Amino acid sequence: MYEKDGEKYFVVDGHIHLWDAGPDNRNKYGEGFINCFYDYHKNLSPEEWVWPKEKFDKYSEEDLMHDLFETGYVDVAIFQPTYLTEFFPHGFNTTDQDAVLKEKYPDKFILNGSFDPREGVQGLERFEELVDKYNLKGVKLYTAEWKGDSKGWKLSDPSATKYLEKCVELGVKNIHVHKGPTIWPLNRDAFDVADVDEAASNFPDLNFIVEHVGLPRLEDFCWIGVQEPNVYGGLAVAMPFIHTRRHYFTTMIGELLYWLGEDRLLFASDYAIWSPKWLVEEFVNLEMPQSGEFEDFSELTPEIKRKILGLNAAKLYDIEVPEDLQLEHAGTGPEVTEKPAVDLPT
Amino acid sequence: MTVDAARVQDALSDVRDPELDEPITELGFVSGLEIKGEAVHIRLRLPTYFCAPNFAYLMVADAREAILSLPGVRWANVILDDHYASGEINGGINEGQGFDGAFPGETEGPNLGELRSIFQRKSFVSRQEKLCRALLAGGRTPAELARMQVGDLPPTDETEKYLERRADLGLDVSPGATLVVDPDGRKVPEEAVVEHLRFARTVRVSIEGNAGLCRDLLATRYGLGEKEEVKR
Repeated sequence: MYEKDGEKYFVVDGHIHLWDAGPDNRNKYGEGFINCFYDYHKNLSPEEWVWPKEKFDKYSEEDLMHDLFETGYVDVAIFQPTYLTEFFPHGFNTTDQDAVLKEKYPDKFILNGSFDPREGVQGLERFEELVDKYNLKGVKLYTAEWKGDSKGWKLSDPSATKYLEKCVELGVKNIHVHKGPTIWPLNRDAFDVADVDEAASNFPDLNFIVEHVGLPRLEDFCWIGVQEPNVYGGLAVAMPFIHTRRHYFTTMIGELLYWLGEDRLLFASDYAIWSPKWLVEEFVNLEMPQSGEFEDFSELTPEIKRKILGLNAAKLYDIEVPEDLQLEHAGTGPEVTEKPAVDLPT
Repeated sequence: MTVDAARVQDALSDVRDPELDEPITELGFVSGLEIKGEAVHIRLRLPTYFCAPNFAYLMVADAREAILSLPGVRWANVILDDHYASGEINGGINEGQGFDGAFPGETEGPNLGELRSIFQRKSFVSRQEKLCRALLAGGRTPAELARMQVGDLPPTDETEKYLERRADLGLDVSPGATLVVDPDGRKVPEEAVVEHLRFARTVRVSIEGNAGLCRDLLATRYGLGEKEEVKR
């Protein structure tokens, strides 16, 4: 929980990891991958938040507990597993690894699973076992993950449809999707979110949370977000722009609020790439300039911030929010006038 | 005719990152240039090890073609450094295999033409928005924009950039052609101009945001010291 100027904010960190990318658990691609993460970390963090590379490769449970819950204002954090076993032999961070902390602190974490449609019928059975074992309500899918000769898959693949049908059957209702730079076929745009659009239309009972708000294809994400009411935007990777690239961040949030509205955006740190403490503080401090190029953006009220920082995610995951932190009690933000829906040009 | 570095640089400045819509020379992607008689050697670098291989390939291929088009150049060798697919890309281009040949079994359908076209269309939309924004700031109304023709445009940098991309898409750039059109060249009706530009703005914000991030990541990756070095 974060409190500022008489306003209280329930915080759900929608995207965290406890990874192992140390030298004994990576090949050259894994090394390239974690170096890439580290450059993001170094480039977008305030100076005092930059870790030494060794710590970034592999940090401890204590680091995580401290940075999220002791100093980071987080009430509940959602583990988004990323297996990447082609790059990290023991996995980058798997559901089973995340489950260790979930068992120790059941109220602090939400555990998500994952599936890979390229694993066929056997994979489907394993997925069902994983869901039963941990009572999962969500999955994180990384469509650009390599497997043998394959570089990635699409949510609209017939094999993926079978897995999504299974999600409906098992009550796994939150589908987090992360696009990456390599996807078959390699001559197409790997970041294209058209497959999410198709899946969201076909599965209206599932929620599709597009991680990183579709970056680097913000415009394509906004486009599908307007069409599909069950598409959400996860703000991991977008959040830290608030520090070094505030103008861009403010514009991006303005665009997202304009096209998707305040009920479909979820705060996330992507810990340990970034830490929630400074992200939460800077976000609560942020004001939308009401002039110049910002003038057709809605105001960033405490109520909107409360929704983005935690209440939207709490709704998706049925997280119990203490009475005094619910929308109607946590502050006295001004009434928000919603913008009329805008039809996109065709 | 001897080849000089300035002309090579100039040729490379016509090569753009298709996704970021900026010259590779301004983005800091050209890290080495060496001329030996009739042979030109270029080294390129990108912001991350996992930058999308298709865009990387296009830039390496375009750079090679730009240099080979210079009089006096007989051989051009363009090497992409520090990328997960450096081997495939460098081999594919300098041995003339094409993208399909460089990544056998990993592509489908037309080579990279379609990908390039998608991003040229985005670039067109973004450049049109920039131009129209400047016109609106100068006192024009959306209704006036809807009636404007290419021949009415002031001779500015925005106009030039817009018309260049408009021509790339094969659209009419003659003075009597309608100014506000979609990427297929269809006139945007007066009542739809505001909405058309509203979404175009999101496209522009996205491209500019990505370009800014890529500049910063490149600076971080290669320790370019002051980030300003690779900023405009």
